[in-house]
Amino acid sequence: MLVLSGILIIVAGFVLRFNPLLVVLVSALATGLAAGIGPLDLLAAFGKAFNDSRYVTVIYMVLPVIGLLERHGLQERARTLIAGLRGFTVGRLLLGYLLFRQVTAALGLVSVAGHAQTVRPLVAPMAEAAAQQQSGEEERDEEAAAMAAATDNIGLFFGEDIFIAIGSILLMKGVLEGYGIVIEPFHLSVWAIPTAIAAFVIHGVRLMLFDRRKRRP
Amino acid sequence: MIGLNLVYPFAGLIFLAFAGSALRDRSHGRRIGNALFYALIALSLLAGDRLGDLGNGVLVLGLVAIAGFGLMGRGDAATTSPAERAAEAAARRNRLFLPALAIPATALAGTLAFKQMPALVDPKQATLVALTLGVTIALAIGYAWLRPRAMTPFDEGRRLMDGVGWAAALPQMLASLGAVFALAGVGDVVGGLMGRLIPEGSLFGAVLAYAIGMALFTIVMGNAFAAFPVMIAAVGIPVLIHGAGGNPAIVAAIGMLAGFCGTLMTPMAANFNLVPAALLDLRDRHGVIRAQIPTALPLLAVNIGLLYWLAFR
Repeated sequence: MLVLSGILIIVAGFVLRFNPLLVVLVSALATGLAAGIGPLDLLAAFGKAFNDSRYVTVIYMVLPVIGLLERHGLQERARTLIAGLRGFTVGRLLLGYLLFRQVTAALGLVSVAGHAQTVRPLVAPMAEAAAQQQSGEEERDEEAAAMAAATDNIGLFFGEDIFIAIGSILLMKGVLEGYGIVIEPFHLSVWAIPTAIAAFVIHGVRLMLFDRRKRRP
Repeated sequence: MIGLNLVYPFAGLIFLAFAGSALRDRSHGRRIGNALFYALIALSLLAGDRLGDLGNGVLVLGLVAIAGFGLMGRGDAATTSPAERAAEAAARRNRLFLPALAIPATALAGTLAFKQMPALVDPKQATLVALTLGVTIALAIGYAWLRPRAMTPFDEGRRLMDGVGWAAALPQMLASLGAVFALAGVGDVVGGLMGRLIPEGSLFGAVLAYAIGMALFTIVMGNAFAAFPVMIAAVGIPVLIHGAGGNPAIVAAIGMLAGFCGTLMTPMAANFNLVPAALLDLRDRHGVIRAQIPTALPLLAVNIGLLYWLAFR
């Protein structure tokens, strides 16, 4: 039971707003020591896992391109483009992006879009511009930007599991095989389709309601 | 064969450039802290495999020390004013989108093409290799067309990187915490507790415990991948599959998706929820999570229903 102290530390650390890197390290330390792992072995295990998961950090390599283009007016152009389109709304824009993200993720193309590559330079400024135009407010619409980021996540999560070679499908196959249950990846991926449709409908309805809320009174 | 052996050094050199850019920025109040942090990430990307496990552990201690002592911050990096940007946007028009779209377009075309040449490019890493190629092409277009100074793209990139700050290392830290949890057997203890909570003989109760357990454990761990082996062992296999005769493919697939609903609601899934809030300069760093909860909760309910009605025919 003592090994659960790490979970308590994580929750308490986030609630008390300590630096999350520090909280994670202390949690790992408490958990490892409670399980009787020596400090040096613990540090080595932590270091090995850190090294093995470097792929999540490589996405920041797109920032020099995005930064350079922003310096030369990329976001402003994205806003102007939206302002010139009649009948264009934040809800319709994000609904189109949701569909694009779900379909490409279902085809295994998960890195084609993302927060650094497409949301920051293109989708969020367009969403903000559309929302400002709809509501007539001058101020930056952070809610629309947050919705753009949320739409990216939802499209990715509930599209990618339809693709048979994605990490979660392979993990499920591997774990089940450990219990003597052999399943083809295809049989796992088809059962992701009902949830994918539900995610599109639920989030789509929310986007349409978001539109209605942004409309000028 | 081309694979991560190309991607990691490329990303490492970009972080090294971020470190150099931070160090040169005399207007930046915490330039040393930021420069050190980016230099350590560069070291990890460039030489992580040669540092050894303990060496990587020490590197992590360095990152945590810099972030934990509050040595990082944002500078007022020199960039163009809103008026200059508006003028450039008006002059350059939609051509500005071309380099930005070159990245996803190359990532897409490259992934499809590289999968056809498994001898040249590691098929497992085709997307990351294609992404690296896309960034190289976009950067080349940017230099040729906009004619910036050599360091300008990296100064501008570092301006965005400063917005993300220490959060950049959080996803890797959480993955490592997951490894320690697995080593310490946390999952087995949680699974045992969950197993005892299920009301005897109630199929719907077991479905609820399994799906909500997936979401809750994902909220704590930030990753459905960590929750899945625990919940399938505690409830999925013994109660739903062996006990109630559930279809294993449906129990597994929909259980994982119930976990993804948890991912949408937790700051522990930093790269999906905290990093974008930082990248988009949101004042509310939980703004993305707040935007996701009203989708995540009904979707979790749908998953519970799907599991109950589809898996036990």
